[in-house]
Amino acid sequence: MLKIITSVIGRDLKLAMRRQADIVSAVFFFVIVVSLFPLGIGPEPDLLRKLAPGVLWVAALLATMLSLPRLFADDHRDGTLEQLALAPHPLGLVVTGKVIAHWLVSGLPLALIAPVLGIQFDLSTDALIVLTGAILLGTPALSGIGAIGAALTLGLRGGGVLLSLLVLPLYIPVLIFGAGAVDATVSGLGGEGHLSLLAAITFASLGFAPWASAAALKIALE
Amino acid sequence: MLEADNLECVRGERRLFAGLNFKLEAGELLYLQGRNGAGKTSLLRMLIGLLPPEAGEIRWKGQPIKSDDFRADLCYLGHLNAIKEELTPLENLLASACLADEELSEDDALDALEQVGLAGREDLACKYLSQGQKRRVALARLVKEKRPLWILDEPFVALDVAAVDWLAGIISGHLQRGGLAVMTTHQLVNIPAGTVRELRLG
Repeated sequence: MLKIITSVIGRDLKLAMRRQADIVSAVFFFVIVVSLFPLGIGPEPDLLRKLAPGVLWVAALLATMLSLPRLFADDHRDGTLEQLALAPHPLGLVVTGKVIAHWLVSGLPLALIAPVLGIQFDLSTDALIVLTGAILLGTPALSGIGAIGAALTLGLRGGGVLLSLLVLPLYIPVLIFGAGAVDATVSGLGGEGHLSLLAAITFASLGFAPWASAAALKIALE
Repeated sequence: MLEADNLECVRGERRLFAGLNFKLEAGELLYLQGRNGAGKTSLLRMLIGLLPPEAGEIRWKGQPIKSDDFRADLCYLGHLNAIKEELTPLENLLASACLADEELSEDDALDALEQVGLAGREDLACKYLSQGQKRRVALARLVKEKRPLWILDEPFVALDVAAVDWLAGIISGHLQRGGLAVMTTHQLVNIPAGTVRELRLG
């Protein structure tokens, strides 16, 4: 069971490394969107500190969305998805591997670069640590929930827009608790409660999303 | 071993076929024939379990095909090559064996690539290969394939004459070892071994 997950992760990471433009463009998108806000709003530290959690999280959601349409589309187009569906193990395990690989190339880089961007918003060290932790904890849920949307819109024309409409509303809880954790730290309340809820959402979605995606993929393959 | 019982296929509003029965035993090859749109590929997708039949049942070794055990016995080659353009032929072979839960050593994979005439191109990304060469990468999977049921959709497309003969040899070797094969094709290729049966749709 672990072997199939690790071999899917290994294959997807290798493919991502051969196509680095995808990873780099999502990270740059994140950097640029976040950087536009301080430039547009001007040097008012109080206002920036207040805006920071929301801005960083919304940008993280959108940057994750960028790579979602290709999560299954490439495999679908070249026939690999059929082979994966015919492999002698449950398709949900394969999807679990793909979700983890997607997080490693889309969520993890965002978490690593977020503290640097947070400095632009004059966030304290504590807030930066919580921000990084929150993005680390929350982005796997984004990949998981996103996989359901990507599977449901597989092979549809204009699937990209439909995917955003389907998935962004489902991202709202992650956004609320992710931004809430940083907010609470900034205002001195402590973000532990929010982080626990974020972790709960992530574990629930990682348990459930691969199987829901697998069911949607089977319909797409008919 | 492989039995189809009263299969019916409906695509959209059209009924492609109904009341289709056949039985295939070890060492037998089933040629599916029929004009374009007769439902050959649909029937193949039913046999591999990706398309549920409108009515009827398919059994493998007496059991309905909805199980991991059936898929462990199945090797399917669709009209899509299922190879990754960014990976080299060697990486593609190893990755597909690994994902299908099969043992394939690097030496075996290199040997298979040599047999399909890709020696010297093992380390070239597949996007630089021609259409026929990509097809050969996909077919190289069959060289070391030990699973008993092969389902092949138009395996001879895009191959040159020598490669067609080579593939016919690979398929007859499989039949001699007691394997089963179902395939669609428009060109009737002579398979020297095993019992060849034909089924015409439409």
